[in-house]
Amino acid sequence: MEIARGMDFQVVVLAGGFSKSLVPLVSKKVPKALLPVANRPVLSYVIDLLEQKNLKDLIVVVEGETAAHSVSAWISGTYIDRLHVEVAAVPEDVGTAGALRAIDHRLTAKDILVVSGDLVCDVPPGAVAATHRRHDAVVTALLCTAPASGPSDSGSSGAKDKAKKPGRYNIIALDPTKQFLLHIAAGAEVEKDIRVQKSILRAVSQMEIRADLMDAHMYAFKRSVLQDVLNQKETFQSLRRDVLPYLVRSQLRSELLSNGVQSDENGNSKDAMQNAKILPSQLLANASTPSFHELYALGPDGSSSITRKTHKCCVYIANKSKYCARLNSIQAFSDINRDVVGDANHLSGYSFSAQNNVIHPTAVLGSKTTVGPQCMLGDGSQMGDKCSVKKSVIGRHCRIGSNVKVVSSVIMDHITIGDGCSIQGSVICSNVQLQERVILKDCQVGAGFVVTAGSEYKAESLAKK
Amino acid sequence: MVAKKGGNRGEDAEDELKREPLQAILLADSFATKFRPITLERPKVLLPLVNVPMIDYTLAWLESAGVEEVFVFCCAHSKQVIDYLKNSKWFGQPNFAVSTIESHDSISAGDALRLIYERHVINGDFILVTGDTVSNMPLIQALKEHKERRRKDNNAVMTIVIKQSKPSSITNQSRLGTEELFMAIDPGTKQLLYYEDKADDRKGTISLDKGLLMDNASISLHNDKQDCYIDICSPEVLSLFTDNFDYQHLRRHFVKGLLVDDIMGYKIFTHEIHASYAARIDNYRSYDTISKDIIQRWTYPLVPDVQFFGNCASKLERRGMYRASEVGLSRSAQIGPFTVIGNGTSIGSNTEISDSVVGEDCVIGSNVSIEGCYIWNNVTIENGCKLRHAIVCDGVIMKSGAVLEPGAVLSFKVVVGQQFIVPAYSKVSLLQQPVIKDSDEELEYDDNSSGIIGIPSISSTPEKLNDQFGTKLSDSQRRAGSEVGDGGVGFIWSLGEGGHEEEWRHSVAPIPADKLIEIIRTATDELEISNQDGNFLPPSGELEPDSVDNDSDEDARDDYSYFEKEVEATFLRAVHENVKEDHIILEVNALRLSYNLTSTDCASALFYSMMKLASDTPHDTPGELVKNVATVITKWKQLLKDYLSSIDEEIEVILKFEELCLESTKEYTPLFVQVLHLLYDQDVIQEKAILDWASEKEEAEESDKLFLKQAEKFIQWLNEASEEED
Repeated sequence: MEIARGMDFQVVVLAGGFSKSLVPLVSKKVPKALLPVANRPVLSYVIDLLEQKNLKDLIVVVEGETAAHSVSAWISGTYIDRLHVEVAAVPEDVGTAGALRAIDHRLTAKDILVVSGDLVCDVPPGAVAATHRRHDAVVTALLCTAPASGPSDSGSSGAKDKAKKPGRYNIIALDPTKQFLLHIAAGAEVEKDIRVQKSILRAVSQMEIRADLMDAHMYAFKRSVLQDVLNQKETFQSLRRDVLPYLVRSQLRSELLSNGVQSDENGNSKDAMQNAKILPSQLLANASTPSFHELYALGPDGSSSITRKTHKCCVYIANKSKYCARLNSIQAFSDINRDVVGDANHLSGYSFSAQNNVIHPTAVLGSKTTVGPQCMLGDGSQMGDKCSVKKSVIGRHCRIGSNVKVVSSVIMDHITIGDGCSIQGSVICSNVQLQERVILKDCQVGAGFVVTAGSEYKAESLAKK
Repeated sequence: MVAKKGGNRGEDAEDELKREPLQAILLADSFATKFRPITLERPKVLLPLVNVPMIDYTLAWLESAGVEEVFVFCCAHSKQVIDYLKNSKWFGQPNFAVSTIESHDSISAGDALRLIYERHVINGDFILVTGDTVSNMPLIQALKEHKERRRKDNNAVMTIVIKQSKPSSITNQSRLGTEELFMAIDPGTKQLLYYEDKADDRKGTISLDKGLLMDNASISLHNDKQDCYIDICSPEVLSLFTDNFDYQHLRRHFVKGLLVDDIMGYKIFTHEIHASYAARIDNYRSYDTISKDIIQRWTYPLVPDVQFFGNCASKLERRGMYRASEVGLSRSAQIGPFTVIGNGTSIGSNTEISDSVVGEDCVIGSNVSIEGCYIWNNVTIENGCKLRHAIVCDGVIMKSGAVLEPGAVLSFKVVVGQQFIVPAYSKVSLLQQPVIKDSDEELEYDDNSSGIIGIPSISSTPEKLNDQFGTKLSDSQRRAGSEVGDGGVGFIWSLGEGGHEEEWRHSVAPIPADKLIEIIRTATDELEISNQDGNFLPPSGELEPDSVDNDSDEDARDDYSYFEKEVEATFLRAVHENVKEDHIILEVNALRLSYNLTSTDCASALFYSMMKLASDTPHDTPGELVKNVATVITKWKQLLKDYLSSIDEEIEVILKFEELCLESTKEYTPLFVQVLHLLYDQDVIQEKAILDWASEKEEAEESDKLFLKQAEKFIQWLNEASEEED
């Protein structure tokens, strides 16, 4: 997909900061972007995906100076020779829209591809960019099939949850051709009644409302429009909750182009003028059927006596077989780790053994210790005798005693686990020490915590005060 | 006889179909007033549509679609309908039994179905149509789907037939002149989930219940479908109408009632037809549209040159012109395309007719120009008349040189005087327009429930009508004459208020171009205005929370104002009837609980009531007003203090007083400080509350500081006093 680069796209990766919803997994040293998924930072999945498509000029936006430092250090260590990555620090809690506002001056290309740094997916960004360009849209969003388990579900995850009803991430309305986004409800709105604008329905005649799609937070924006909106609507905080719904809602009475005239942005107003002029002739020249936007823009009588300003909001719907998930909750962290060493292991970048697992050559296993399929054991980790590991990820340089059971859990780096421990459905952060006979079920243990011998916890979050 | 369409009924249908004869209910009364004044004299179903009474189309279709038993429900002009059917060939057909059910007091489809339920004549699934339906759709498929759904789910009580039809983007009405329709349908099961037919222009959004998406992964929203008003119903539908005795309208009450009722879980499904025709004559515009569809053969085999019951043979000629066998046509007359000329009509020289229907035994003179008109039987049009997009009923005489402007309707036997110009959209009848009182009632019905006829004269039998008519004619003729020119007979009905809007929308005349431009203009203006106001598009990104919040805010405000009124009433009762304070407190507390408000609200409502009482007590000067306030407060301060448990509530009272001064009782505006001082002296409001209020207001906008400035000195004094105390 070389075209993506040739098409004058600038890529912004929003890597977040210390996400509160991920406490105790995140810490001062480990911002959200560096949380390990199958033993490498989650941010690497996005960057690799972009790199594969030859998008090598990236701006990574991180909330908070400390977090920016950590991310910057990691990137320069990993990608120094291959990519040109700029890390920009923005204040904390400015929201995704605020983050873009803060780096406004760095945005120069015609279109901007905004990707969330917590995205783990295998959908080519070039496809989103191409859809965006084909329709000359102001925004194109990537939609993917919502995972089987809902966003708020907690507790042990696994195959038994698959039967559950799909969670409601977004309420999305599409036109019959499934190319245009007509309505989107995100966040708290999802739980409310669905309100669809009649004017849009009138223009498009028929729309399909779906609850089984998820906004993956990968957007292509027209730069001039994005900057306009961010500057004019100072209260907008979030791309997903504010900017995108705003653009979708105003698509048939666009406020963008008219405002573009006033804005001193170079060429922006000219663009608008040209667009308005070109439209009818484009229609004639184009053999393809015009979209409802274009018809609507021509006015009801088909003449251009009254020109209406419209803009297009497009979607690219990922194939159902594609994997797509966002690491934005503890549950998602566990799920994604499970999936990347399990069903979606092509994403991990490792080659899996015949037993369908990855055990680093330097890892040492005691006698009668078994590591089941869909597991990963990092380099330098040691395990005692008679241990059993199922559907879990174990990081680097861990020391695990004998008779330890690890099931459906994520164990990060440099962890000491005493004899006879049992860990199920839990996440153990780096440098944690579990003394003998600790039993953990559905727990999260924050970095550096010490769990005393013989203690038993269920569904708790343990962290240093 | 019409050839049977859609295959042989017995072949692929279920056994059930064979066992039970397929029944249909035909409502020969639309319970609407849209065809007035014509329907004052003849029931709508007997009005000719391309020279054949409407009911014949419906019956011919039902017969061809395999219905075996039809119950014709007659109400308005029931005698005429029954007489017509008796003299027609419909009675005594083999395999097609037509019987009538007569009612004199039904005012809606709901009443009709309740009456039919009582008769116990329906014993299985049935087709429900009105007598103004024109269709050629086969029923087998829809019926089969309905029965299959029924077998799986006993709650699937109704299947409604829909058809693709995009309403105009300018007028938002369909080509049949009906309001645009918004529907939500489950794309998999075709279940109807939402139905909105009367567009409320103010509401720019459709609100779908969030529960809908819980059960369905996706929903299709449609603005491009037309309701054909052909329903396949289970017998439960009749009992549902009986259970819900307030259901009147089939759609507005029954369908919507079932959709919102999630207790019983009754379901309605849709059946979309593609190739076949189905439409209902709802208003003059659909009369025009459907007539043209018939002439252009969309309704085949129900077309003029195929003989079915009720029409007489005519021959299709070039350019879509149908001519009956005996037409006296002058050589120089030009009969344009898509025109039907009935039997026994004679047309003079140099007369031009296009896109029109002319009935039987009409006499049309020379140099007459007729375009897009519907001329019924026995009409005389003298030389030099000009008719544009009008309906001319039986027996009308147009004297020479008379002109009908677009949209005019001449009811039975009207005479238009020489050279008289009947203005556009006017309706002329020999009967006088019903008095205003009636029409008000009617309008109300029209808006709220469907346009139910509530006027006795409509349902009166034709004999009675003729009596009235006969006696009135002589004296009314003279008076009426002047309204339609020299030698004319008839009253021009005045259009109701706001009627003009409706007239052009629902007339047979095409919508004039300037009207269209006007609509576009206003629509654009509205858009701009709403954009400026930001009403339509709230500045924040999320539409929903904003609007929902607004809604709930409004609700809360509404609730509060009701609450305030009730508290006031309670308080006034206390004042006038000497109710004990304890009792008032009990009552106010009860109100507080029932409105789910806080004691702060009670305090401000009570304070409001007291100030209102004071200002309502007669007074001449502001000084007297202050005295009034003092009296009231002194007497009732204990009551008020009962609700002032903390400083916050006292501040609330001050804020309420500000609001009062600004909005409802401006009299208090100059007295703000005096009253505040009074409240302080009476220990109703503490010093701290006033100071807190003042500091809170410090940060407010300049415009908001009006009262703060007034009270400046008082606050200063308070400050100094407190300092001294320290």
